[in-house]
Amino acid sequence: MTDLAIILLALFGVWTGWRVFRVDSMVRASFALMLSFIATAGIGLLLSAPYIGVATVFMMAVEMLVMAIFMVMFMMNPAGLNPMSMVHQHRLSIGAGVVAFAGLGAAVLLSDLPDSPVAPGTDVVAQLGFELLGPSMLIFETAGVTLLATMLGAVILSSRQGRFGMADHGSRPPGLEPGGAPAGRRPEKGGGHGHGHGGHGGHGDGGHGRASDDHGGEHRGHMSDGDHEGHAGYSPDGAMGAPGPEHGATHRTPAKSEHGGEHRTAHGPGHAPQDQKAADAPQEDAAPNADPHAHHRKGTGHDGDDT
Amino acid sequence: MTLIIVLLAASALFGIGLYGALSQQSFVMLMMGLELMLNGALLAIIGFWSRGLGGMPEGQLLAIIVMAVMAIEMAIGFALVVALYRKRQADVTEAIGTLKR
Repeated sequence: MTDLAIILLALFGVWTGWRVFRVDSMVRASFALMLSFIATAGIGLLLSAPYIGVATVFMMAVEMLVMAIFMVMFMMNPAGLNPMSMVHQHRLSIGAGVVAFAGLGAAVLLSDLPDSPVAPGTDVVAQLGFELLGPSMLIFETAGVTLLATMLGAVILSSRQGRFGMADHGSRPPGLEPGGAPAGRRPEKGGGHGHGHGGHGGHGDGGHGRASDDHGGEHRGHMSDGDHEGHAGYSPDGAMGAPGPEHGATHRTPAKSEHGGEHRTAHGPGHAPQDQKAADAPQEDAAPNADPHAHHRKGTGHDGDDT
Repeated sequence: MTLIIVLLAASALFGIGLYGALSQQSFVMLMMGLELMLNGALLAIIGFWSRGLGGMPEGQLLAIIVMAVMAIEMAIGFALVVALYRKRQADVTEAIGTLKR
């Protein structure tokens, strides 16, 4: 009786496994794979491995649902409305599959298989638990650390960019042959065009008018790299008790070759964000002096509305 | 007898999974082939543990390792698919032919 159920489940598992690559819908394929796993789990239950069977069902149900979502994301035919066959090297693949099955089947049929079944009444789940937290704890912990590394790797691989932007931003891949055209993606155009806003750097809020000469609105003008930095951040992080927090707004304004230097103009405190936007205008650049390395500081010291 | 049935089914699942992993163009379907191969391996491990190992708990531990491998393969695989799609708008294996060079 158990053998009959195992045969039926095995046939069902193989058939659903075959249907994975025969159906026209990717979502149906993932559910067919889930049915195949459930058949495996049923065989496990019948073969007195209840923990493995139930864990397989739980794990595969979640995994195949996630897979179905990815199918809908990436497939051009997730609903199966059109016939679909996206295969390459078909004959080679069929041959490899048949050879694998024939070889493994011959090994099964020709081997002298052991016959030592689980004794009835054995508490296999408790044995597994003692094994996992006993002699094989190192293996178990290694699997846990490996899963942690997997989580980190998956996040790193799939995140859009890192902390400092895209890793290959502005990079140029090496050529396929020495001195040849770069491989893969074309290098980005531009970089060095002469217009662009500077970045409002750290606009640390706080302090509330104390130590007013520390409020240096640092205005770096005429950077030579011509980057388009953008507004880096306005962070009212509330350093309330700090004695002299810098109210720094770093303006980077673009490259002009005749202004090669770096003007630092320390405005007073209390740059409201509107003021900083206005500060990008050229007339705010009130100190275009001939000496490119001069630093003007006009610490007016008026209290702004930096609350 | 039971062990032979289970192992033949596992061989069939492995063969089908190998066919899928070699033949499918889409990355996601290719990963389903890999999962199917691991399904066959899991079935064979359960069969051997139940009928040939006398219930030694190390066999179940091996099955749990295989399930962890499944989870790792799927997580890293999907992360790679997403990363490739971001870089190259690629969702089939033919779109990354420059990796051959």
